Amino acid sequence: MYATNYHRASSVEDAVNLVSTSDEARFLSGGQTLLPTMKQRLAAPSDLVDLRHVAAMKGISVSDGSIRIGAATTHAEVAGSSEIAKACPGLAHLAAHIGDPHVRHMGTIGGSIANNDPAADYPAGLMALNATIVTNTRSISADDFFTGMFETALDDGELVVAVEITAPAKCGYAKFPNPASRYAMTGVFVAKHGDGSVRVAVTGAGSDGVFRHQAMEQALAQNFSAEALSGVAVDDSDLMADIHASSAYRANLVKVMAKRAVTAAG
Amino acid sequence: MGMEGIGARVERKEDKRFITGKGRYTDDMVVPGMKHAHFVRSPHAHASIRNIDTSTAMKMPGVIGVLAGDELASDGIGSLICGWMIHSKDGSPMNMGDWRPLAQTKVRYVGDAVAVVVADTKAQARDAAEAVIVDYDVLPAVTEAVDALKDGAPLIHDNAPGNLIYDWEIGDSAAVDAAIAGAAHVTRLDLVNNRLVPNAMEPRAALGHYDEGEDHYTCWTTSQNPHVARLVMSAFYNVAPENKLRVIAPDVGGGFGSKIYIYPEEIVCLWASKKTGVPVKWVADRTESFLTDAHGRDHVTTIQMAFDADNKMLAVKADTIANLGAYMSLFSSVVPTFLHAILYSGQYVIPAIHCNMRTVYTNTAPVDAYRGAGRPETTFALERVVETAARELGISPAELRRKNYIREFPYQTPVILCYDSGNYEASLDAAMTAADYNGFPGRKAEAEARGMKRGIGMSSYIEACGIAPSAAVGSLGAGVGLWESAEVRVNAVGTIEVLTGSHSHGQGHETTFAQLVAQRFGVGIDSVSIVHGDTDKVQMGMGTYGSRSGAVGMSAVVKALDKVEAKAKKIAAHLMEADEADIVIEGGQVKVAGTDKALGWHEVSLNAYTAHNLPDGMEPGLKEGAFFDPTNFSFPAGCHICEVEVDPETGKTEIVQFVAADDFGNIINPMVVEGQVHGGVAQGIGQALLEGTHYDPETGQLLTASYMDYTMPRADDLPGYTVSNTVTPATTNPLGIKGCGEAGAIGAPPAVINAITDAIGNNDLAMPATPQRVWAALRSAQ
Repeated sequence: MYATNYHRASSVEDAVNLVSTSDEARFLSGGQTLLPTMKQRLAAPSDLVDLRHVAAMKGISVSDGSIRIGAATTHAEVAGSSEIAKACPGLAHLAAHIGDPHVRHMGTIGGSIANNDPAADYPAGLMALNATIVTNTRSISADDFFTGMFETALDDGELVVAVEITAPAKCGYAKFPNPASRYAMTGVFVAKHGDGSVRVAVTGAGSDGVFRHQAMEQALAQNFSAEALSGVAVDDSDLMADIHASSAYRANLVKVMAKRAVTAAG
Repeated sequence: MGMEGIGARVERKEDKRFITGKGRYTDDMVVPGMKHAHFVRSPHAHASIRNIDTSTAMKMPGVIGVLAGDELASDGIGSLICGWMIHSKDGSPMNMGDWRPLAQTKVRYVGDAVAVVVADTKAQARDAAEAVIVDYDVLPAVTEAVDALKDGAPLIHDNAPGNLIYDWEIGDSAAVDAAIAGAAHVTRLDLVNNRLVPNAMEPRAALGHYDEGEDHYTCWTTSQNPHVARLVMSAFYNVAPENKLRVIAPDVGGGFGSKIYIYPEEIVCLWASKKTGVPVKWVADRTESFLTDAHGRDHVTTIQMAFDADNKMLAVKADTIANLGAYMSLFSSVVPTFLHAILYSGQYVIPAIHCNMRTVYTNTAPVDAYRGAGRPETTFALERVVETAARELGISPAELRRKNYIREFPYQTPVILCYDSGNYEASLDAAMTAADYNGFPGRKAEAEARGMKRGIGMSSYIEACGIAPSAAVGSLGAGVGLWESAEVRVNAVGTIEVLTGSHSHGQGHETTFAQLVAQRFGVGIDSVSIVHGDTDKVQMGMGTYGSRSGAVGMSAVVKALDKVEAKAKKIAAHLMEADEADIVIEGGQVKVAGTDKALGWHEVSLNAYTAHNLPDGMEPGLKEGAFFDPTNFSFPAGCHICEVEVDPETGKTEIVQFVAADDFGNIINPMVVEGQVHGGVAQGIGQALLEGTHYDPETGQLLTASYMDYTMPRADDLPGYTVSNTVTPATTNPLGIKGCGEAGAIGAPPAVINAITDAIGNNDLAMPATPQRVWAALRSAQ
C-alpha cells in the first residue's frame, strides 16, 4: 500500500467537502474492495474519506412498506434486521450470503453499489426491487444507476447516502457462487411488485454488469412459478466467459438460479 | 502402552503456543540493525534482459543497496542445482538449464527474480523496486508441457533442445506390448494430473545475517530441512563454508514439500547481508507465494491396463509428459521417476509394467514434490484405470481389485520396489463396511427421487515412504544419503533432550518423539524436549518429507535410546550391585527385577554426571547419538471410498461420505495420525474438485495468482471423514512404522473422480471437477 491520508467524515457535507479537496481522494466505506486493491498497489488514492461514522448514512427504517437503508449500513446489519426480513426477505437473504462474516461486518450497501462489481449481489437486488438510490444531490432509479461493469451514474464527488425500496409482494434471490472468490458466478433476484409487475435482475453473468431479463419478467408476470421459466431461452451471447465458467454454463445458471429464486420467493 | 507412551492419544505439546499466537516463525525474528528486502521480479514469462538500471532506485529514500545478477555472479555465487541425476534411456544425462539466483541474461517465468532492493522499511524497498528499470526483450512463451515439446516451440534453455529435460523409461516395454496385444481386454485412459499451488499458511521467508567480526553467516528460513539447505548453500552455491554458516528453521507454518528446496531468496539474503553490511530479511507476500513456490503435479498421461479372460491384470503401460516449469528445482527430477514410475504395480500382481517419462521445460513456476510427490499421480492413473476397467468388464470395482491384490509378502514388483508387508483386502473390507458399500443402491434410488445423481468410487492406493536406503538411492542418482540422525541427552536431573535431524512444520514431533522416550523410560513427556531445526544444535540431518520422520527419524531416536538404556542399566547395576541383565526401567524407576531394589531415573542420571561411582573405565555422562539408514522404503496402503451427490442442474458436487481405511503400520499417536489423514484427504479433495492452476497460454501470466481465482478448499467444501486403521507392521524399521503424511492426498483424488464419473455416467472428466466441467460432462453423456 502506498501512503495515504485518512479523514473521518462527520456528516455528508463534510465528506463531500473533504473528497473535493484532492483529485485523487476517494470515499472509503467498508473498504472491502478498495483496501485490498490499495494493498496490491493497484489503487493509490491520496486521501481516504471514511463514511462509516456519518450518522445520517447509517441505519434501517421501515414504515408502511417503505424501506430506507443508510448507505453506510453493513451487510450484517441488513441480514440481521427483523424489519427487512419481514418486509423484503429476499434482500435479507442476499445480504446474509455476501462474502464471509468478516466481509459482512465491514462491507456496506452504499460501498457495494457505488463500486458496481459485475459479480456483486446488491446490484441485482436493487434493480429487481426497483430501488431508488439517494445521493447527496439527487435520487436515481436503480435502472439508471447501474450503467455498466464497475460503472454507475454517480458524478465525481457524488455520494450515495441511502437506498429506498418499496416492499415487494414477493421476492427471492438465488446465487451460484464462484468456487474460489464466492462472488456470484451467477445470481438472480426476482421480485413481484404490488402492481403485479415482475422484475428479474441478473448479476455475475452479464458481460456489462447487472441486467434485467425481460423474457423471464414477462413469463413470470403471467404465471409466477418456476415452471413458467422452463420455456424461456437465455441467450449466452452477452454473457461473461472466464476460467471458471463459459457463457453457455452461465446461461444455464441464469435459468436455474431464476427458478430457484422464484421458488424461494414462494 | 503408558498414558503418554506409544499408541497414546496425547494432545500436542506445541499446540498451546501455536493457537495462542506464541509460535516463533522466521518473520518473528528480529536482529539489531535488520533491514528489509524486496525482489524485483520478471513481469514476463520469457524475455531477454537488455539492461538493468538501478540508478534511480539507489537514490530513493531509505535504500541501502540495489543488487543485481552480474554482481552476484562476480562474487562467485553459484547457480541453483537439481540434486538427483536422471539419465535418459539413450544414456545421456538430463539437460539441466542454468538457474541463476538473480537472472542475468534471460527470465523464464513470471516471478523470476532479477534484482533485490535492501531498504530501511519494507515499503521503501518495494517503492525502490518499482524504480528499478529492467529493459526486456519479450520472447514467445509456452506454458503447457505438451506444447513445449512441439516443433517450433520457444526454446527455454539453450542446452535443452526441444525443451526436453530427459526421456526416461522403466520396465519391460516388449513384454508389456506383447501382453497388451494378446489381452482379452485393454482399458485405456488419457488423463491430466492438474498442477497445484502448495499454499502453505506461512509464506516463505529468509533472514540473512553476516557477522563481519566472526566472518560467519546465520540464515533463519522457512525450511523443512535446514541441514540440506546448509549443505547445498555451502557445497554448490558458495555462500559460505559449512562451518561458517548456521541455518535455523524455527517454527514453520506448513510446507507440503514446497519448503524442501533451496530457493534464490535465502541465497540472496545471505549474500546481500555481506554486501550491504546489514542483516537482510525477506518475507514473501501471498502473490509471491503463488508465483514462485515450487508447484506440484502437472502430468499428462496415457495409461493402458491389460486383462486376461479371467480379469487378471497382465500389464500396465504408462506414457507421461511432466511439466517441470522454467528451472529444475532441487528434487524435481526424481519426483516423476523414482517417486512415481516405480509405484505402477499399485496393490496388484501385474506381471509386466512399463512407464515412459518425458520431462520438459515451460515458462511456468518450477514444479517439484508436493504432498505425495509423484505417488498421487501414479495412484490417480492406476485407480482411475482399474475402476474404469471394472465398469467396462461389467464386474464390481471391489471384486476386480480383490482378484488382483498382492497377497504374499515380501512381493517383488517388476519396477524395483519390494513390498515388505501389507493386507490390502483387510483395508478394502474395512472401508466397504464403514461406507455401507452394499447399501449404496438404496441411497442412489433415494437421491434419484430428489433429482440428485449419486455415485460411489473407491481407490486402493499404495505409497512408498521413508525414502531410503542411502546406498540404493545413491545408485539411482541421489546426491545425498537418506538416513536420519538423533542424539539423546539425559541431563543430570533426569530430564531429556532429543536432538533430531527431522523437522516439524505441523507434524507434531515435539509430542510424538517425546512419546518414544516416555515409553522407554516411563518419564512424562513434559520432561522431554525435542530439539530440531538448527544446524548449530543438531549436527546433521536430512529433514522431513515423504513421511520419513516416523519411519527413519524416530528409528534413529530408538537406536540412540537403546544406547542410553544400555549405559543407564550398566550404571544402575553397578550402583545396586546387581546383574546388568536383571535391570528393568519402568515408570521412571530403574529396578532390579524380582527384588525391591530400585533407583529413581534421576538418581541414575545424576550418578552418570557426578561420576563418583561409575563402573571401571566408564566415561561420565549419559548422552548417545545414532544414525539410522533403513533397508527399504516403507509401504503404507489403504482403501478410500467416496460417495457424492451431483446436482444435475448446476453440476455441483457434494461429497456426502468419505471413508479412509489405512494401514500405516504401527501408530505412535492416533490423534496425530487422524489429523494427517484429515489434512491429506482435504488436499486430495482440493485437487479433485477445486484447485486448478491456470497460466495464460499466450502471455504466460499466472491467472490464478490469488484466492479470488485459485480455489483453496474451505471448511464448507469438505465432508466429515470416517477414518480407521488396519495394521501390518513395517519390517524395515524398529518401530514398525509405515508413515501417514501423504496417504490422504494420494488416495482421495481417484476415489472422488471415480465417484463423480459413476454418478454422471461419463468417464471423461478432468480434475478439478468444477461444477462447469461436471455439468458439461453430464450434458455430453445425455
